[in-house]
Amino acid sequence: MGVTLSSTILRKVAMALSGIFLMVFLLQHFVINITSVFSAAIFNQFSHFMGTNPIVQFLLQPILIFGVIFHFVMGFVLDIQNKRARGTRYAIYKGSANSSWVSRNMLTSGATVLAFLALHFYDFWVPEMNYKYVEVLPEDPTRYYEELVHKFEDVTRVVLYVISFFFLALHLTHGFSSSFQSMGFNNKYTPAVKSFGKLYAIGIPFGFAFIAIFHFLNH
Amino acid sequence: MKLILKIWRQENATAKGSMHTYSLDNVSPDMSFLEMMDVLNEQLMEQGIDPVAFDHDCREGICGSCSMFINGEAHGPDRLITTCQLHMRKFKDGDTIHIEPFRAKPFPVIKDLVVDRTAFDRIQHAGGFVSVNTSGNTQDANAIPIEKADADKAFDAAICIGCGACVATCKNASAMLFVSAKVSQYALLPQGQVEATDRVLNMVKQMDDEGFGNCTNTGACEVECPKGISLENIARMNREYLSANVKG
Ligand code: HEM
Ligand code: SF4
Ligand code: FES
Repeated sequence: MGVTLSSTILRKVAMALSGIFLMVFLLQHFVINITSVFSAAIFNQFSHFMGTNPIVQFLLQPILIFGVIFHFVMGFVLDIQNKRARGTRYAIYKGSANSSWVSRNMLTSGATVLAFLALHFYDFWVPEMNYKYVEVLPEDPTRYYEELVHKFEDVTRVVLYVISFFFLALHLTHGFSSSFQSMGFNNKYTPAVKSFGKLYAIGIPFGFAFIAIFHFLNH
Repeated sequence: MKLILKIWRQENATAKGSMHTYSLDNVSPDMSFLEMMDVLNEQLMEQGIDPVAFDHDCREGICGSCSMFINGEAHGPDRLITTCQLHMRKFKDGDTIHIEPFRAKPFPVIKDLVVDRTAFDRIQHAGGFVSVNTSGNTQDANAIPIEKADADKAFDAAICIGCGACVATCKNASAMLFVSAKVSQYALLPQGQVEATDRVLNMVKQMDDEGFGNCTNTGACEVECPKGISLENIARMNREYLSANVKG
């Protein structure tokens, strides 16, 4: 995978496409989660639909998993290639003079998000798979809200989640507008894209963090 | 002023290099950086030490040959200048200045601060030209009307001097800014359309074959470029490249 994408520009575009795909997913995920703040019933309804709909389960979910794996594997591949392209390292390299920290450390912020994803899978996806396919328990359309709230009773988990969302925000601060540039989109709308990107990059992770803290304080 | 210079010395392409320290007195703030290097070299020769090899030619910011990575930045701390346009007034008495060659796998060191940038020439040969019949019935370029905005943008791209600062400064050693400038200067003009598809495909292929890195849009190139070549050109090249791939 990935490695066979033959040119630097195609690899870059693939990176951007997978990033945009993940950002769309993230928005959808957020919209569902935020309902849990307002109404357990609505949250359960959405979650029951997502958890049982065959298109979501057997088409969208595999695509999502592929998208995530593709994105981070490609991220590591590009980073290795880029380090190699430098050869001998500089004794003094003043990156801060000409570029932002976030833009130079996408791998660091990305890897933090990856570590979070591992925890997140362990928290929700593994129990879900266990529930449905290992123990094959009968579906209870009202179980989701309880499961969610239960997870956020633990302060350690809430702290880890909030830290991860902070790194996600850093990742997206550069990633959002960067993906447009990679796709060849740079014109009079670019300042608007950048502003909207900042809004998304801070807003969505902040929202997720809010949800986690909300349930922690409310239980 | 008095300076401590830490300079990369490397005998030849295969030798192992290292940083050497020299101290230099009586540097005038009005000197250009290269004049300061000349003074250093005279001092070294008097001491029987091999002078520091560095690239230079025009010394007025138009040829692009002077390179040098100074205190962690291509062409040093100032903006929109080459090393020959950098002045010692940018530094303070007692400063330590680190001077390294432009570093990239495709820019191997020849000696000291001199690097081989012929990778750029090969990229140009791959498509950075228009084929014009010059057998006597050449059309006057001005006979083809071109919108002012396009002409300006083409010119802004064409002022790239091929110095390689973009590669040197990019954390990924990507040559996208250079190549995109060379693609854009033709892509924006009707004269460039005939070979547009092959041009972008061949130049990008050559760029990749040379071993330059993948762009991650940090924007460092645009900041360090002595000619202020814009990232817009990279987006334009990506568009050209994608549509050329679709056309095949
Ligand atoms: C929900 C999770 C994630 C989202 C929404 C996301 C989004 C993005 C976006 C939009 C870009 C910009 C693409 C471009 O510049 O063309 C990007 C770049 C990048 N991502 Fe992610 N990402 C996520 C997770 C990860 C993970 C887990 C890693 C693991 C290491 C990672 C590593 C990278 C790297 C290294 C880049 C820089 C590549 C580049 O700019 O060319 N990302 N990401
Ligand atoms: S784009 Fe700028 S930095 Fe790069 S080679 Fe051209 S003039 Fe030099
Ligand atoms: S010597 Fe020609 S640009 Fe510096």
